[in-house]
Amino acid sequence: MTSTVTRAGATTAPPRRRAHRVRWRGPLVAWLFLAPALLLFLYFKFIPMLVGLWKSLFKVQTFLGDEWVGLDNYRTIITDDLFAAAIWHSVVLALGTTIGSLVLGLGLALLIEGPARYLWFVRTAAFLPVVTTMAAVAEVWRIMFHPADNGMLNVIIGWAGVDPQPWLASEHSSLWSIMLMSVWRGTPYDMMIFLAGLVGVDRTLYEAAAVDGASTWRRLRHITLPALRPVFWILFTLAAIRGLRVFVEVYVLTNGGPNNSSEVLMTLIYKLGFQKNELGVASAGGIVLFLATLALTVIVQLMRRRQAS
Amino acid sequence: MRFDSALGLESRKGPLAAAARFVVYGLMVVAFTGPLVGLLVSAFSKTLDPTSFTLWPDEFTLENFVQAGEKNVYLYLLNSFVVVGFGLLLQMLVSVFAAYALARKKFRGMTVVMLLMLATMMLPEEIIAIPLSLVLADLPVLHLNLIGTYAGMILPVGAWGFSILVMTEFMKEVPVELEEAARIDGAGELRIFATIIVPLCRPALGVIGVFGFTMIWDQYLLPLIVATESSMWTLPIALRSLRSDEEVGIGVLLAASLLALLPSIIAFLALQRQFMRGLTSGAVKG
Repeated sequence: MTSTVTRAGATTAPPRRRAHRVRWRGPLVAWLFLAPALLLFLYFKFIPMLVGLWKSLFKVQTFLGDEWVGLDNYRTIITDDLFAAAIWHSVVLALGTTIGSLVLGLGLALLIEGPARYLWFVRTAAFLPVVTTMAAVAEVWRIMFHPADNGMLNVIIGWAGVDPQPWLASEHSSLWSIMLMSVWRGTPYDMMIFLAGLVGVDRTLYEAAAVDGASTWRRLRHITLPALRPVFWILFTLAAIRGLRVFVEVYVLTNGGPNNSSEVLMTLIYKLGFQKNELGVASAGGIVLFLATLALTVIVQLMRRRQAS
Repeated sequence: MRFDSALGLESRKGPLAAAARFVVYGLMVVAFTGPLVGLLVSAFSKTLDPTSFTLWPDEFTLENFVQAGEKNVYLYLLNSFVVVGFGLLLQMLVSVFAAYALARKKFRGMTVVMLLMLATMMLPEEIIAIPLSLVLADLPVLHLNLIGTYAGMILPVGAWGFSILVMTEFMKEVPVELEEAARIDGAGELRIFATIIVPLCRPALGVIGVFGFTMIWDQYLLPLIVATESSMWTLPIALRSLRSDEEVGIGVLLAASLLALLPSIIAFLALQRQFMRGLTSGAVKG
């Protein structure tokens, strides 16, 4: 996404003849048209960001007034076992969901590629999870995860001869169960973007490969996959960022339980901020999450550049 | 031999290939729509506990939807529609205005504005949830408290970088000649904007409309922070409180979940072409 935008932004617009009498009016008009957006961004994005940074250095108290504590809030986070566990769960969930969705998405995209009419139907149907409301879908999955023998998913795995699982109810499987639902919702999105990437692969290369007698696997390995590399990295970055900041899924499915086994950063921050009223520590948690996101983006960009050169 | 796809599956002939295709595609459709179909079916059946969630219709009944009314589900639905209605209107207006400046004007500081927009997209909204609640409780300079107001749920979604960028890209394509002809005829800035540029961007309006709708409809943390009274809850955040009911079991929850899902699914199906276009023009939710 970023690359498309910057590329388009970089191409200079064709020279315009402008009525000379309004030379000063152009910029003024532009700023007036931009004003609503800038004002809203200022109030609801930039100021909160700065407030978060600022408050993370205080012990925030509603009536007693804020007390400067320097980096104490950050120290609390780093030394707190709950936070360490939450960071670990967030990373596991983000990576698992990202990789699962990418692999499945790519596989399904390859299976479903083609111009046939019925494929369009399959694509549309498979895409539905992406547009659905997270909270509602999570409630449905929570019901399907019902741990009794006749819970829906247990019945389904029963057909394959697998024993009933406790799913969300067990410390050992809660995080994996959330991941399963996230992959279900993330796969069709990745699949659709891969499909768009597949359309762009040069068909003459396939023909050339066939003339040379290359197998399907070699064609895939040497033509299709390299062509999809940029798409892959974009999807990876986006999904990983999304995974790190996951909230609704966990909040609805387990709310971090049982016994904190699925607590992620955002659910912990939410609890600290709105239930325990530790706004300073919660703000610091937000900043840590921000830094993690930033680091991830930079690392992926660097890896990508290294691979490209 | 044809080369329509990487695997060339379509060109495989014979009953075995056809059967394999049928099984694979069938499984795909079932896996991804199964939970949604299950919800649709179960919401209209007698569903007493989680184990009666089913793909096979039982006794058809509207009881769940009747009970839903007693649990204020339709009020929550109305709240959702109020927020999404005003929110989307605001978001689209703001986007179209901002895009006009970014696509059709040249001014100092444009690069900075572009970078700021991209920054807002890279910045996950969850990260600022806590400080946002503090800002909403006491807006700097204006000293308004938006907690517990509809404006508190609407204004923060008013500006969305994604919409602005999609709109900007599209507006760049409108030929300059049209604008200049109108200018020579003496048309003012607003007139050119409203009668020439915006009508020519109708397809892009569809794109930002459908994305904006699903984005606002799916908001969770924001209403959770803002709607302190249950009478202001939107449907997604109300679901949690409907989980168990002694008289009708999970029926109300299922009915409410279905009502929460349908609008975005309908919006998607109705504006599918625009949705895919937004998705593949390098556009990404964020």
